[in-house]
Amino acid sequence: MTKPLLEIKNLHVWFKVFGGILRVLDGVNFTVMSEEKVGLVGETGCGKTTTMKAIMRLLSMPPAIIPKGEILFKGKDILRMNRAELQQIRKEKISMIFQDPTAALNPVFTIGTQIQDAVRFSGKSGRKMKKDEIKARAMQVLKEVSLPDQERVLHNYPIQLSGGMRQRVCISMALVSASELIIGDEPETSLDVTIKDQILRLLKELVEKHNTSIILISHALGTVKNMTDKVYVMYAGTMVELAKTKDLFAHPLHPYSKGLLAAIPRLTGGGIGEGIDGHIPEYINPPKGCRFHPRCKQVMPMCKDKKPPLFKVSEKHEVACFLFQNFGGDCIDK
Amino acid sequence: MQKKSLTQEELSRRWENIRRNWYKFSRNPLSITGLVMICIILFFTIFAPFVSPYPESAGKFINFYEASQPPSLNHLCGTDAFGRDILTRIFFGCRYSLIMGVTVLLLIVPVGVVLGLIAGYHRGSWLEIVIMRITDIFIAVPPLILALAVCSVLTPSIFNAMLAISIAWWPWYTRLVYGIASSLKEEFFVKSAEVTGANKMYILFREILLNCISPILTKMSLDMGWIILIGSSLSFVGLGAQPPTPDLGSMVADGSKYLPDQWWISVFPAFAIMLIVLSFNLFGDGIRDTLGVERG
Amino acid sequence: MRLPVFYFRILEVIALTNNILFVDHLEKYFFTYQGIVKAVDGISFFIKEGETFGLVGESGSGKSTVAYTVVGMYRPTKGKIIYKGDKDISQDSRKRPLAIKKEIQIVYQDPGTSLNPSMTIKDILELPLKVHNISKNHEDRIKKVKELLEMVQLPVSYTYKYPSMIGGGEKQMVAIARALATNPSFVLLDEPTSALDVSVQAKLINMLIQFQKKFKLSYLFITHDLSLMRNVASRVAIMYLGKLCEIAPSSEFFKNPLHPYTQMLLSSIPVISDEEEALKPKKIISKGEIPSPVNIPPGCSFHFRCHKKMDICSCEDPIITEVNEGHTVRCHLYTK
Repeated sequence: MTKPLLEIKNLHVWFKVFGGILRVLDGVNFTVMSEEKVGLVGETGCGKTTTMKAIMRLLSMPPAIIPKGEILFKGKDILRMNRAELQQIRKEKISMIFQDPTAALNPVFTIGTQIQDAVRFSGKSGRKMKKDEIKARAMQVLKEVSLPDQERVLHNYPIQLSGGMRQRVCISMALVSASELIIGDEPETSLDVTIKDQILRLLKELVEKHNTSIILISHALGTVKNMTDKVYVMYAGTMVELAKTKDLFAHPLHPYSKGLLAAIPRLTGGGIGEGIDGHIPEYINPPKGCRFHPRCKQVMPMCKDKKPPLFKVSEKHEVACFLFQNFGGDCIDK
Repeated sequence: MQKKSLTQEELSRRWENIRRNWYKFSRNPLSITGLVMICIILFFTIFAPFVSPYPESAGKFINFYEASQPPSLNHLCGTDAFGRDILTRIFFGCRYSLIMGVTVLLLIVPVGVVLGLIAGYHRGSWLEIVIMRITDIFIAVPPLILALAVCSVLTPSIFNAMLAISIAWWPWYTRLVYGIASSLKEEFFVKSAEVTGANKMYILFREILLNCISPILTKMSLDMGWIILIGSSLSFVGLGAQPPTPDLGSMVADGSKYLPDQWWISVFPAFAIMLIVLSFNLFGDGIRDTLGVERG
Repeated sequence: MRLPVFYFRILEVIALTNNILFVDHLEKYFFTYQGIVKAVDGISFFIKEGETFGLVGESGSGKSTVAYTVVGMYRPTKGKIIYKGDKDISQDSRKRPLAIKKEIQIVYQDPGTSLNPSMTIKDILELPLKVHNISKNHEDRIKKVKELLEMVQLPVSYTYKYPSMIGGGEKQMVAIARALATNPSFVLLDEPTSALDVSVQAKLINMLIQFQKKFKLSYLFITHDLSLMRNVASRVAIMYLGKLCEIAPSSEFFKNPLHPYTQMLLSSIPVISDEEEALKPKKIISKGEIPSPVNIPPGCSFHFRCHKKMDICSCEDPIITEVNEGHTVRCHLYTK
C-alpha cells in the first residue's frame, strides 16, 4: 500500500464573527495518494475553498481558528510547521491555481517578470540560477502550456492576454513550483465552454506527464467526471460521500449527491430534475446531527441528533448517511 | 387595522436596521468618544444661558474690575480685557459655530446633491458639461481663499460669512454625487428601472440617491468640523461675526494681541474649536465605517 | 433541398406564423477608442408565440447585446425589431410607448447588480406596479407584492428585507417576480442561472417553465450552457462574433449539428453519463479563442478555429442556407 501524499484528519475550521462563531468545517477527512487525481465537489459556500486554504495555510487567522484536526503532508502536519518548512512546502511541493486568472496575476508586472520570479524563488534550483537559465525555464513552462509565441507573451502585461491565455500562464506558474500536488480551485469556472475544454485537457495532460497529484475543486460535476479518479462530495462543511468517480456517477448513494446529480441538465433532454429544496444552513447555528437533514427527503429521527460517520459501503465507496449503516460488504446496487 | 399592522412591520424592520448600524458604530471606541463629545457640546450650547456662570458676558458688557484675570475658581477660563468671562463666551461662541455649520450644510447639500445627480445621470450630454465645468471653476480656488474673497466684497457679518462658505463649499458635494451617480447609471438596476418605464425623477431620487446617502452623510459629518474651522478663520481675520458677538474665531483674534502674557484669552477658545472639529471628525469616521461596510 | 433564404422568404414566414418578435438584419455597433465594435452584425431571427428561443454563444459573441437592444437599452444601429407582427420597436426605451415596456421584460444575469442594494424587496417589486398603474393604492400594492413573492415561492417575510440579506438564488427569484409583475407576454432571460448552483438552477428553470405555461409567455433564453438549452428551448440559435451560425429546432439541433462551431461547442461540453457521451459528435479538438470583436477576421469569422476550413473561408463570408425545414446554417460547406 502506498502512503498517502496528503491526509486531512478531522479538520475543523471556525470563523469568529459578529454574532457568534461560524462553524464552517466540521470534521473533514480527506486523502490524496501520490499521482492521484481527486475531485472535490460541492455547492457555493460548502467549505471547499476553506479546506484548500487551510492546506496552504492561507486562511487569515484572526477570524479563522482551527480548534481540531491535522493536515498531514507526507506524514508531517502542515498546521504545526514553522515558517521555513511551510515556505519550503509552498515553494516546491504544493501550488494552487485560482478561479479567476485576472485576479491571480499582478496587472502592473509583465508575464515574464512574474514567471521569472516564480522560477527564481522555486526552491530546488535556488537563487543561484543565471539570468538566461531563468528565462529559458520560463520559456519552457510557457511552451508546456502550449502558449504560442512565448517570447512575445513574456513581454506582455496580463491585460493584453485573453482569459484562456491568462489561465494558461497561471498553470505554467503552478508548474514551476509544484512537483507533488496542484490544487485547482475551480480553474475553469470563469472560462467559456471551448476554452474550458482546452484548459482542462491541458491540465490533465500535464498532471499525467509530471506524475503530480491534483485536487480539483469544482461545482461542475461534468468537469470532475472527466478529470478525476476519486471524488469527494462536500456539503455544509462535511464530507458526505467519497467514491471512485465512475461509481459515484453510476450509483450515487447519499441523498444530497443524488439530488445534485438529478439537478444537472442533461444533453439528452427530457427536462431537469427537481433540484434540492432549501439552501445551505447558516454556519452560526448549523442543524444538529446530520447537517443535511432539514433538506433531506429520506430523513429519519436519528438524523436529527446524531452526526453520521462515513459508512463503508464497498471497498472505495463511503457515505455519511444512516440509510447505509447496515450495509456491510460489497452490495452496491441502488 | 390591516394598514396599521403593515406599517408596524415596516417600522420594526427599520428599527432592526438602526440597531444593527448602532451595533457596528458602537464597536469603535473612537466614534463613541466623538458622539459623546458632540452630545456634551450640544448640551452646553443649547443651555448656554442657564449653565454658563456669567450669562451677561455674552453681550455688550464691561467690567474693568475683573479685566484680564487669569483662570481661577471664579472664572474657570479667566476673563478678557473687558472683564468678560471667557468660559461663558466660549459656550455662546460654540452656539454660533454650530448654527453656522448646520445652516451652511442645509444650504449646500441639497443644491450640490441635486446638481451632482443631474450631471452624473446625464454623463456625456451638455448638461453634464455645463454643470461640471462650473463646479471645476469653483473647485480650482481653495475654499478658504474663495470664502475670504467673497466675504471681503460683502459687508462682514455672520450671515455673509455663511453665504461665502456655502459658495465655496457646494462643488464638493456635486463632485462626490456626480462620481457615484455616473457609475451607478450603468448599473443594471438603473437600466432595469429605465426599461420598465420609471420616470427620471424616480430614477434620480430613489434608485440613485438612495445609494449615495451613506457617503453624503459621512461627508456631512466630516465637513461640519471643516466649516466651523473656516467660519472661525473668517472671524479671526475680522470678516465673520462682528464684536461684541462672541465667536470663537474672533475671540482667538482678540486674545492674540495679549499673547503670551494673557494666554488664556486666546488659548481656551482655540481649544474649543479644536474639540468641536475633533469630535465631528471622530463621529464622521464612525459613520463612514458603519455605513460603508454595508455596501460592500 | 438546399434553398438560399431570401428576404421575401422571411417575410413570408412572418406572414404565415404568429410571431411575437421578429428581428430583421439587426446591427449594433459601438464606437470605441480601439475602433468599431460590431457587437451585433446583421442578425435575423423570429420568435413564435409561446416558444422558448435559445440563443447560445461564448462571452463576447454579442448575445447579451441582442437582448439589451430588444429590450430597449440600446438603439439599434441598423435593422428592425418588430413586435407582434406590426409594432416597430427599433428605438431605445425612452421613445418606446409604455404599453410596449409593459409587454417586454428582462431578467438579468447577475441578481447582485440588477437589484438595488439600498431598496427593500417591497420597493423593488413596487416599481413596475406603480409605473404601469397595476395597483391603485398603497395597500393594494403591498398585497400584490406579497402575491408575487408567494408566486415565486419566497416567504412573505422577505417583503421588507434588503437584497443583501437573502441568497443568490432567492435574489434571482425576486428579479423574476419583478419581470412578471407587469404581466408581460415576452420575457428576455439573459443567463438567468449562470451565477447559481445547479440545485438552485433546477428549481428556477422548472419555475420558469411553469410560468411559461401558466401565463402564456414567450422567452428569449440566453445562455452558454448547451445542456441547459437542450432542456428548455424549442429552437436554438448559435451566435459567434455578432453573427448567427446556425438556427434549428432543438431536437434537430442536437441530433444533427451542422456548423463546425456548433460541433466544436457540443463536443467540448463536459457530461455526466454515457448516453450523453454518445450524443456528442465524435471528439473535435477545440482550439483557439474567440477573437476580440474590434478586429473580426475577414471572410467567415470562424475560419481560424475551424477544423473543416477551406480556401474560400478566409476571403468570403458565407450566406445563410436552409438545409432542412427551419434549420439554417451560415457555412460554405452547405452553400454548394
